[in-house]
Amino acid sequence: MTRAVGVALVSIAVLAALAAPPVAPHEMDAHFGGLLNAPPTVMRIQGEDAAWHAPFIYRWRLVNQLEQRYEEDRSARVPLEWFSGGHLVRSSNEGSAPLLLLGADSYGRDVFTRLLFGARTSLALAATAALGATLIGAILGGLAGFAGGLIDDGVMRTTDFVMVLPTMYVALALRAVLPLVLTGPQVFALLAAIFAIVGAPFVARGVRAIVRSERRQEYAIAAQALGASDLRLLVRHLLPSARGFVAVQITLLVPAFIIAEATLSYVGLGFPDPVASWGTMLHDASTNIRVFADCPWLLSPAAAMFLVVLGVNLVLQKSRPGVKSLL
Amino acid sequence: MTRYLARRIGFALFLVIAVSSASLVLARLAPGDFVTDTAGIRRQTLEQERARYGLDKSVGAQYLDWLAAVARLDFGYSLQYGRPVRDLIPERAANTAVLACTALAFATLVGLPLGVVTGSRRGGTLPDAIRAVSLLLLSMPPLLTSLFLVFVAARTGWLPMSGMHSATVPAGGALVDLLRHLVVPAAAIGLPLAAMLERLQAQAMSEAVKEPFVIAALARGVPRSRIVWRGALKAALRPIAAVYGLVIGTLLSGSFVVEVITAWPGLGSLMLQALRTRDVFLVAGCAGVGALFLALGTLVSDLALAALDPRARESQAERG
Repeated sequence: MTRAVGVALVSIAVLAALAAPPVAPHEMDAHFGGLLNAPPTVMRIQGEDAAWHAPFIYRWRLVNQLEQRYEEDRSARVPLEWFSGGHLVRSSNEGSAPLLLLGADSYGRDVFTRLLFGARTSLALAATAALGATLIGAILGGLAGFAGGLIDDGVMRTTDFVMVLPTMYVALALRAVLPLVLTGPQVFALLAAIFAIVGAPFVARGVRAIVRSERRQEYAIAAQALGASDLRLLVRHLLPSARGFVAVQITLLVPAFIIAEATLSYVGLGFPDPVASWGTMLHDASTNIRVFADCPWLLSPAAAMFLVVLGVNLVLQKSRPGVKSLL
Repeated sequence: MTRYLARRIGFALFLVIAVSSASLVLARLAPGDFVTDTAGIRRQTLEQERARYGLDKSVGAQYLDWLAAVARLDFGYSLQYGRPVRDLIPERAANTAVLACTALAFATLVGLPLGVVTGSRRGGTLPDAIRAVSLLLLSMPPLLTSLFLVFVAARTGWLPMSGMHSATVPAGGALVDLLRHLVVPAAAIGLPLAAMLERLQAQAMSEAVKEPFVIAALARGVPRSRIVWRGALKAALRPIAAVYGLVIGTLLSGSFVVEVITAWPGLGSLMLQALRTRDVFLVAGCAGVGALFLALGTLVSDLALAALDPRARESQAERG
């Protein structure tokens, strides 16, 4: 049961990321100048006149410029348009009464739209980094477990050392010493590389232990006796036995990397502003403490992250082996 | 035992020196330096300023200078504060230590007993509820818990949202004020940690109650609660003690995020600031002290484990 809930949560996140352009009511960088920090518009079906209507919204009217307080303009209903202009649903009056399902941020951009596009960045980065970490980890671990001796000692001591360090500080230090201002794709590649390096030791240790013990099994000895080369023995026979372990590790690393990206972006060392990611969306909260009391909808990326991490934990509930979580 | 001890202390020393050296060199190699990042000044002034801070030397020369100074316990000057690093760090380090120790104590006092409860029973409403809460909290790393708790504090006004002291000392004295400020950051780190400890303790406990000595004690008529809280708990503590060595790193990682979000003036926020402004000596100093915390924590937990369980001592010695 709980496992099904977990699978559902993760699939919703992935689907939302994949289907972002049609599902989102607006373009990713659409600004609504008069609606800075506007609260979410509520979809209604019952009007002021107590009659029932097709789903509609009310326009936000700015009542106090300084405090950015808004009031619903109940004088006119703004009906919703379905399947128009390449979007699933949008307001019939895009210009002055846009549909803001999760409100607007301090630039007047729709938070819901950016949440969907942000899922693309955050999930893609986490998945790329997790794959990278697994690749590096499997190569190092496989080599160490297979070769033994000096190589084994060297690799294992290095991973021991990296694992003792607080992960967040290593990522922070590596990120901070590289140029602070970079374009979106550069940051993506850079963060993926940093996370892959930081995550690899966790994979390497497990793979090494598996390869080491499998090597003594009869099938491995038989393959060697039949003349299989070292490389073939390692890649065809030994590494596949680590598949289950590696699958679990990837699913453990993905949520950790989502959080790591959010942390770096929160402190201003992640993606530059126009790029939507769950971390950059939270960056507003770091500069403006009012966000917590007055604009809670800006914290919705945190809720999204919680649901994804919870989903992964529910999926892994039984098979969770790790003692140390990455964060 | 002496050999084991010497080896662990050697590792601790290596950790501190390697980490602070690496961060000095990394911060120095980074593009831009303190001078270019702070001032839009004329080229000549730029050169003068560089020479003043010793930034015109090569990385190697600067590193050797720094090492020689460190040997005399002089950690250099912070460029942005214009004060010796040695004066800046202790206060921040103490703040981080207060935060981390409170969180660890909270997590231990809450997580372990709850783990004993859930681990020693098969089912029931209470263990199931605890297990569910643990699973929810495990999905909220410190980044999310601190955002959530600050949000709650901001909406309800029950607790201060950020900082360490109020501007004026309120009724009740400075200590009460500090404790009130400590609640949000300490809970933000402590809650996920408590959940992790609860899960591990429950696992260890459920294995311990299957041991033959538990059945034997039951057969002799020893009361159930006594078996659970004395015998089985003692057996289950060993795997938990091993975890504490790894927890220190998690604790420091968590405290970095929480310090930044709740504006707790600790080592993490100082290091972030130093990294941003390319304040190289301060970066190295912060990293060194962080590594020192880490080394001491690992050392203490290794020794405690060795004292508790001779097997750990032997396997550690074997592994090197």
